[in-house]
Amino acid sequence: MTEPKWIDEEAGQFVRLYALTGGRTRSSGDDFDLIAMVTATREPTGDDSSIGPEQRRILEIADHGASVADIASEVGLPLGVVRVLLGDLHDLGLINVRSPVKVAPLPSERILKEVINGLRAL
Amino acid sequence: MAFAPSEEPVALKILVAGGFGVGKTTLVGAISEIRPLRTEEVLSDRGVGVDDTDGVEGKTTTTVAMDFGRITIREGLVVYLFGTPGQERFWFMWDELSYGALGAVVLADTRRLTDCFPSIDYFEQRGTPFIVAVNCFDGAESHEPEDVRIALDLDPDVPVLLCDVRRRASAKVVLVTLVEHALKMLTAAQR
Repeated sequence: MTEPKWIDEEAGQFVRLYALTGGRTRSSGDDFDLIAMVTATREPTGDDSSIGPEQRRILEIADHGASVADIASEVGLPLGVVRVLLGDLHDLGLINVRSPVKVAPLPSERILKEVINGLRAL
Repeated sequence: MAFAPSEEPVALKILVAGGFGVGKTTLVGAISEIRPLRTEEVLSDRGVGVDDTDGVEGKTTTTVAMDFGRITIREGLVVYLFGTPGQERFWFMWDELSYGALGAVVLADTRRLTDCFPSIDYFEQRGTPFIVAVNCFDGAESHEPEDVRIALDLDPDVPVLLCDVRRRASAKVVLVTLVEHALKMLTAAQR
């Protein structure tokens, strides 16, 4: 799997980050939670020619569902940039974004007990 | 990837906070598959003094790496760990991270106990369940958890424990202690 080499540890950035977003720093993706689950809904078609290689990569990663943080880590781009790219994909209907179960103020007792047992079993 | 309709996937956030070099990365790495996650910081006046911005006057943001780990408890139940820089200049990240967080581990080094004051203040103010885990570094004089509690002026119900974050078993105990504490706070709130 060859990842897009926009950024190289040694060479630094080849492309200024927000060039990937057309200079935009805000989008409909601003409010996507770090652990919101992103799932690709369909293959991009010819009508989706506005999306770039990074966004195609995001769609691949989100094929079976991935969190916003997972995606940002995987593509190696800062969260702010990833949120703009995700916002575009969401506007095009290419992804479904589901907020984490609203833990207000905390998840259920059952879930927490399950986490405790799961951690112990690691 | 089939879930019963009533069984929505659940993702939980746990924060790992503490001063620079206290072992946050080591803790996250000991218990989960760790990966870097980059975010951006808008350079504040405070940052300008620290980061050399001569010659790059137009630069207003800098990238900050967070530690990011994932523990899959079972299909549909995932715990995410976020290790965040503890300095006050990174609080813009904390606001996002602490939203909906299950709780926080404040890592402390007894040689630099003051480094974790901002983290403790932050979680106390927000009512986020937290525990203090004292990382026992080689060569550091060991302290009793109760001494640390007094030094940090913690509420009696905040768990304080000693740990060695390089050891997976120890990292597990730290996380279990936090989730148990969060559970206790939950059941207390429901009464």
